[in-house]
Amino acid sequence: MRKYGPRSIALGYLLIVLVGPLAMIFWRIEAEGVGKAWSALTEADTIHAFKVTLILAAIAVPLNTIFGVVCALAIVRRPFPGKGLVNAFVDLPLALSPVVVGLSLFLLYGRTGWFGPWFTGHGIQILFALPAMVLATVFVSVPFVAREVVPTLRELGDEQEQAARTLGASGWQTFWRITLPSIRWAIIYGVVLTTARCLGEYGAVAVVSGSISGRTETATLRVQDYYENLNQAGAYGISLALAGIALVVLVVMTLLKPQEAAA
Amino acid sequence: MSIQARHVSKRFGDFHALDDVSIDVESGSLTALLGPSGSGKSTLLRVIAGLERPDEGEIVLDGEDATAVAPQRRGVGFVFQHYAAFKHMTVRDNVGFALEVRKRPRAEIRSRVDELLQLVQLQGFGDRYPAQLSGGQRQRMALARALAARPKVLLLDEPFGALDARVRAELRAWLRKLHEETHTTTVFVTHDQEEAMEVADRVVVMNKGRVEQSAAPRELYDRPSNEFVMSFVGRANRFGDGWVRPHDLHVTLEPNGSTREVLVERLVHVGHEVRAELIRDDGERLVLQLTRDEAERLELAAGQIVYVRPTRQTVFEEARPKDVR
Repeated sequence: MRKYGPRSIALGYLLIVLVGPLAMIFWRIEAEGVGKAWSALTEADTIHAFKVTLILAAIAVPLNTIFGVVCALAIVRRPFPGKGLVNAFVDLPLALSPVVVGLSLFLLYGRTGWFGPWFTGHGIQILFALPAMVLATVFVSVPFVAREVVPTLRELGDEQEQAARTLGASGWQTFWRITLPSIRWAIIYGVVLTTARCLGEYGAVAVVSGSISGRTETATLRVQDYYENLNQAGAYGISLALAGIALVVLVVMTLLKPQEAAA
Repeated sequence: MSIQARHVSKRFGDFHALDDVSIDVESGSLTALLGPSGSGKSTLLRVIAGLERPDEGEIVLDGEDATAVAPQRRGVGFVFQHYAAFKHMTVRDNVGFALEVRKRPRAEIRSRVDELLQLVQLQGFGDRYPAQLSGGQRQRMALARALAARPKVLLLDEPFGALDARVRAELRAWLRKLHEETHTTTVFVTHDQEEAMEVADRVVVMNKGRVEQSAAPRELYDRPSNEFVMSFVGRANRFGDGWVRPHDLHVTLEPNGSTREVLVERLVHVGHEVRAELIRDDGERLVLQLTRDEAERLELAAGQIVYVRPTRQTVFEEARPKDVR
């Protein structure tokens, strides 16, 4: 009993909190009609919404991957004043509600915001368009790569890098040949988490995008759209697709984990 | 390549790792930096390699000031205590790394790596990863890697510290042999005085960030410049105002005017040598070293009272040693 105690609690908790609600989606689609869900998924605006989501991820993930690695290197390898502050700020998006992020972007780029008038004057639209959605997505997905890479770099130590230097490698060669291969699994893991976060983002993007169907609507916003318009089958269909993506992400992560441990 | 450190100081926070250190390493020599932990020996080696920047002083390589030269341009090979093996690379890629980053032709790298693997007796291990090697093999790989680009100086930081006694002895002999063949200027750090005496032709004794003495092993033992060197290099007993080596005590069973009474506490037989741990009547402990034949002739046993007299004693006045016979 003792042996199985923690295990049954963990499993039971996951079942109630995670698996149950997801199973409900399957069950509801069955009830509402698979055909209706499928037609909602293949609607032009839905496909566009998925495209927007992918575009956002395609911009935010590389940006935050590069930033995360640079940031981790700065935090671990180069002691500098204000390092603790940087370290803390990287975590900010985890603590801050995405709605607040959306609102702050509104305040910056809105009609009366700091930067808003300048951009409007140059005919560049930030709010209710892709730029603001990119900013929001980038903001909420900042921490993941840095959070994965920092402990790995720390554990790695800098002896191998020093050895590379004494063997004649330049700083750049040392980074590409020694540091990067040693932290690659942490980066991949961080990228997977970042991607998942980008695909699932709702709050910040909802505030700044305006949710215009066929233009600034992402997949998660599309779910909300269908749900509010009482097309529940459609909402469930897209939810299922998003859950499917999450499942793929989960499987990828599980496959990577042992690699990370062995590396 | 000759190495000179001139008035080098290095602090880590409040800790003086190096305090006005000056040493001279002759081109082609095999030098040991010997000292207890925290004596600054590793820091000095790292300063020579360019891995640490001194706060003050300069490093001169072959007559030229190299203090500001980046480590990758100093032409030194460095061997780390814990090997610093590139874990994601095969042994072959590890050894060839220095040539790879110098963009040497593939064929040249291949033949040089083969030659080095042969030298360190790791032929057939080229395709393994460092994790698949034993400690001694990993250290030999690290040595081969450091030698690949034919450095003018080979620096080794406690190279055999993490290995078991037998492998240590093998690698020591091997390092000695390598030096005899190549005459590459070599500096190694060790806290093991036996290792320093056995391998090096010059020993720099360090303590608390300073150089205590720099001399040939024999001279260091026979003419230590101060009490620290006397007690750190080889065993030494405090005897009155001076110091006596364990083999410089004469033992008799009867007292005469100049002897001191001691109690034999314990006898340790190490091969042909017998080490006796003695307690003097004033509670001071001494170590006596004699041959097995001598010990048998005296019928030495624990609990026995014997009488000792120093045959050779060193007294330090200020920094200069004086021999009293």
